[in-house]
Amino acid sequence: MGNFSTAYVLETFYLSDPYAVLQILAAGIFGGISIGSSVLLGAVFILLFYALVGGRAFCSWFCPLNMVTDAANWLRRKLKMNQVDLKFPITRNTRYWVMGLGILMSLLTGVAAFEFVSPIAMLHRGVVFGFGAGLAGVALIFLFDLVVLKNGWCGYFCPLGAFYSTISKFSVIRVEHDKDKCTACMKCKLVCPEKQVLHIINKESGHITSGECSNCGRCIEVCDDDSLKFSFKIYKTK
Amino acid sequence: MFQGAGFFGLGGMLWGAYINESKGSELILRPPGAIPEDEFIKSCIKCGACVEACPYDTLVLAEPNNSEPVGTPYFKPRQVPCYMCPDIPCVPVCPTSALDKAKVSTQEEGKEPELDINKSQMGLAVVDKESCIAFWGIQCDVCYRACPLLDVAITLDYERNERTGKHAFLRPSVNSNACTGCGLCEHACVVEKAAIFILPRKLAMGKVGDHYIKGWDKNDEKRLEEIRKKDEEEAEGAIDYLNDMEGLLDE
Repeated sequence: MGNFSTAYVLETFYLSDPYAVLQILAAGIFGGISIGSSVLLGAVFILLFYALVGGRAFCSWFCPLNMVTDAANWLRRKLKMNQVDLKFPITRNTRYWVMGLGILMSLLTGVAAFEFVSPIAMLHRGVVFGFGAGLAGVALIFLFDLVVLKNGWCGYFCPLGAFYSTISKFSVIRVEHDKDKCTACMKCKLVCPEKQVLHIINKESGHITSGECSNCGRCIEVCDDDSLKFSFKIYKTK
Repeated sequence: MFQGAGFFGLGGMLWGAYINESKGSELILRPPGAIPEDEFIKSCIKCGACVEACPYDTLVLAEPNNSEPVGTPYFKPRQVPCYMCPDIPCVPVCPTSALDKAKVSTQEEGKEPELDINKSQMGLAVVDKESCIAFWGIQCDVCYRACPLLDVAITLDYERNERTGKHAFLRPSVNSNACTGCGLCEHACVVEKAAIFILPRKLAMGKVGDHYIKGWDKNDEKRLEEIRKKDEEEAEGAIDYLNDMEGLLDE
């Protein structure tokens, strides 16, 4: 029971959102904090899982808001809104600043700052406990992604995605590219929500190493040439 | 670069303003065993485990349009009060100890601590005597009867009703050292807008401070000794500080 902030799974062990726990720790740095060891353990477990194994898989495989942003994206395609290319003076690195700001604000305000505004938490709470005004936060993200910026929330602002990108630099499950099979049709780049990670396509064979790749596997699905697949990448220590 | 820093600062300020606005709410009733409000909003990870555990749907999670801090559990006793489960299912499930078992447990010497819902301090019932019909002289002891700590947390004060000459006032009176703030009285109150209602203890209670002591009460006398002890320690520290020539002379 519980939700994506913390869940007590099968009444045996805890899983916790490591970024939320980090904020709570930052919030309590002055004046102490009571946080149960079960939550800390749960957060460490999740952290290790994504850092060592899954990569940024939370975003594409678990995050409930991903469905909302994907829906916005689908509608963009249907309404042919992607052809109108609006330019915004914003980089994908913005999210790392938001992530840092989230910790800083937790420190300054003494509460877990992102958890106070997180549309992700609003959504999964809504799913579990019934929707109220939290739906407005979710709708805001939907509209933002639809009319303002393609992949705007996940790709530019979400500090949780940034957090998982940061920690998953060395995870072992990766997308692997085979240059020899590639016909440079670029379907993968069209479908990829983080297409900057696919810079090696048709240039060199190897793994997609960026932490920003969320292992969603869409590129693998659209590839007609069998040049992309999931595989393990083991980092050897010298 | 400058622009980036500007947006960073601007975002931070807006973000901070929103947080300050929404954490500022003091008028919120927390589940049993909740640690003090300012620590509670730090600790609570908003997982909703307490809400799931509550068999009466008393507890709900705050939505962003409430003034309550979003995602944290609270209850409104006029809608659903706390029914004081003896096994307190909402407390042990809390993963961050924002709900603290020790706050709702009693321990006898040499025994395991036992959960005791009567120790909880969710709030304090307050009576508005203008709108309470018992203060008018109409017989109503609904809150008194609804109270799970019958005749302990709420007692009735009897007084002759001079207006009719043959009836009595039965006025409810709340004892703050026993009231748990469960809100069963507020829920039961028969007038249109409850004349007895729960407020957070911090808001509903005053504090005497150190300059009044009950001289006739042995327990309160102890407080005096503590104050004396503290004063003496402070005085010693001050004298040490003035007489500490050694540190200076050694130089």
